[in-house]
Amino acid sequence: MTALVLLEHDGRTIKQPARSAVAAARKLGEVHVLVAGEGIGAVAEAAAKLPGVAKVIAADAPAYAHGLAEPLADLLVALAPGYTHLLAAATASGKNVMPRVAALLDVQPISDISAVVDADTFVRPIYAGNALATVKSADAKKVITVRATGFDPVAADGGSAPIAPAPAISTPEISRFVSAELSKSERPELTAARIIISGGRGMQSGENFHLLDAIADKLHAAVGASRAAVDAGFVPNDYQVGQTGKIVAPELYVAVGISGAIQHLAGMKDSKVIVAINKDEEAPIFQVADYGLVADLFKALPELSLALENLS
Amino acid sequence: MKLLVPVKRVVDYNVKVRVRSDGGGVETAGVKMSMNPFDEIAVEEAIRLKEKGLAEEIIAVSLGVAACAETLRTALAMGADRGILVETDAELQPLAVAKLLKAIVAKEEPKLVILGKQAIDDDMNATGQMLAALLGWPQGTFASRLLIEDGRALVTREVDGGLETVSLALPAIVTTDLRLNEPRYASLPNIMKARKKPIETLTPAALGVDPAPRLTVLKTTEPPRRQAGVRVGSVAELVDKLKNEAKVI
Ligand SMILES: Cc1cc2nc3c(=O)[nH]c(=O)nc-3n(C[C@H](O)[C@H](O)[C@H](O)COP(=O)(O)OP(=O)(O)OC[C@H]3O[C@@H](n4cnc5c(N)ncnc54)[C@H](O)[C@@H]3O)c2cc1C
Ligand SMILES: Cc1cc2nc3c(=O)[nH]c(=O)nc-3n(C[C@H](O)[C@H](O)[C@H](O)COP(=O)(O)OP(=O)(O)OC[C@H]3O[C@@H](n4cnc5c(N)ncnc54)[C@H](O)[C@@H]3O)c2cc1C
Repeated sequence: MTALVLLEHDGRTIKQPARSAVAAARKLGEVHVLVAGEGIGAVAEAAAKLPGVAKVIAADAPAYAHGLAEPLADLLVALAPGYTHLLAAATASGKNVMPRVAALLDVQPISDISAVVDADTFVRPIYAGNALATVKSADAKKVITVRATGFDPVAADGGSAPIAPAPAISTPEISRFVSAELSKSERPELTAARIIISGGRGMQSGENFHLLDAIADKLHAAVGASRAAVDAGFVPNDYQVGQTGKIVAPELYVAVGISGAIQHLAGMKDSKVIVAINKDEEAPIFQVADYGLVADLFKALPELSLALENLS
Repeated sequence: MKLLVPVKRVVDYNVKVRVRSDGGGVETAGVKMSMNPFDEIAVEEAIRLKEKGLAEEIIAVSLGVAACAETLRTALAMGADRGILVETDAELQPLAVAKLLKAIVAKEEPKLVILGKQAIDDDMNATGQMLAALLGWPQGTFASRLLIEDGRALVTREVDGGLETVSLALPAIVTTDLRLNEPRYASLPNIMKARKKPIETLTPAALGVDPAPRLTVLKTTEPPRRQAGVRVGSVAELVDKLKNEAKVI
């Protein structure tokens, strides 16, 4: 059995969720990885160093420069005959590409797995994580997206795999990349951060998020948000944690002015330690919090910032 | 142009689902059902395209048990023109849904199919991408903005790092994200009018599709429950606990 992992990268480094997908693939057999993009030499070198990877396939072509689903899916389908399992992390990119691959192969994809039982059987959360389904696939080939929080990422170093070029294939140009507006931040990414501090509707404005920024800077934390905070325009969409946003499981998750709707909990309840700061002592977030502080956030956050300063 | 909008009947997002004690799935008997929220956004977007004069007809499709007709009525009350119900008691997985939708696309020849990015029950996030693959059409998933111009769809997508815009040749598939629009409520007169709008009923067999599931659910369990922790009285106590008890800072 050999598994192929589509490795997500940003042109320079491999994304952490992709290393979790490699960890999941290692439970299935030999692991090959596909690095696709334009000018991806350095990423392919980095991929070759991932522990447990037996081969790197490098697809270096303008068609893959922006990760469009249409050419990537065609490439994976061309490579598919050599593999029993095709995997990617369940990120925006993986979720965009893998179901397309599955349909082209006449396979029912297995989305967002959180555990591998055996080569055909997987666990996946459904209903916002309120239930875990153990599903068995009858398809000869499995097409899978991996919930990164279910698998500890493999280390960045330790292996030395050969790098081979991908076959050249052509896809009709039915889609074109136009532009990207990516949030710039010096902070760790939400899906890779050890500590996350998130704000909700209780923050009242985007400006007030600087109260969270100040704390995030001291803790080297990422800043997240509830859907309500994103919908209100306080912060951009990529901050959203939850069932329909990002799924995170950091060592420490601090929820500030967030009530704890099931859709939000679905995205963070597997965090190791949860702190809630909310002025409403009845807020459901307290039911999952290890440490709850009933307080006005506009008083508590400056105090917290000061206390952390004194700590270091 | 014609627009096709698939709408799924799901357990309402306010319901806290419970796993059945026999491990055979979640309790759906007597539970409130609604249109998948992402599909409401899809219907709304279709109506806005029609209001702008960019589309002539909106066809809502639902696949599943007979009660999916209610979900279609909701779409019709919002402003869709007619409905198609593909009726079956069989469990439908996204591959089967995509094949059935492909057969409907062949019949109706829409220029654009707008789906939800994910159904909130099964959270697969797959059907739109799969339909695009089967049709050989381009896909604009997780859309937060949609413009139709010069025979193409300009789609701004919510991606992990922010936003990305792609240009798709029509016909195309678009799947909706939360920020695309705020769906309208159906007014009472429109709910009345919707009762007279036609719904055609088809079956998977009539469409020549075998909907047999490829995934078997072996069991459904409750996830480990988190224990509620302690209340702290002050910020100082919180910092002390995080440092000395949880050792995370
Ligand atoms: C299809 C669908 C998908 C969804 N997906 C997601 C998702 O992925 N992620 C997500 O987060 N939500 C999601 N939601 C929305 C979810 O249902 C909730 O509406 C949302 O999480 C609420 O955000 P909130 O907690 O910030 O706001 P609220 O529920 O309004 O809570 C605000 C909290 O702030 C507290 N507060 C106010 N002022 C202060 C103060 N001065 N000091 C301290 N506390 C204060 C209040 O007591 C309250 O508890 C989804 C909903 C639907 C229908
Ligand atoms: C009684 C019953 C029990 C089930 N139990 C399970 C179970 O335990 N585990 C399991 O994995 N699956 C189960 N399923 C199947 C599951 O509910 C989904 O129908 C299926 O897996 C599709 O996934 P999704 O809706 O999450 O697709 P997604 O890809 O998330 O849906 C995206 C979009 O596709 C469109 N769409 C999808 N389905 C339909 C539809 N039927 N009609 C119209 N539009 C649609 C909508 O626009 C939707 O927003 C069950 C189904 C039934 C009827």
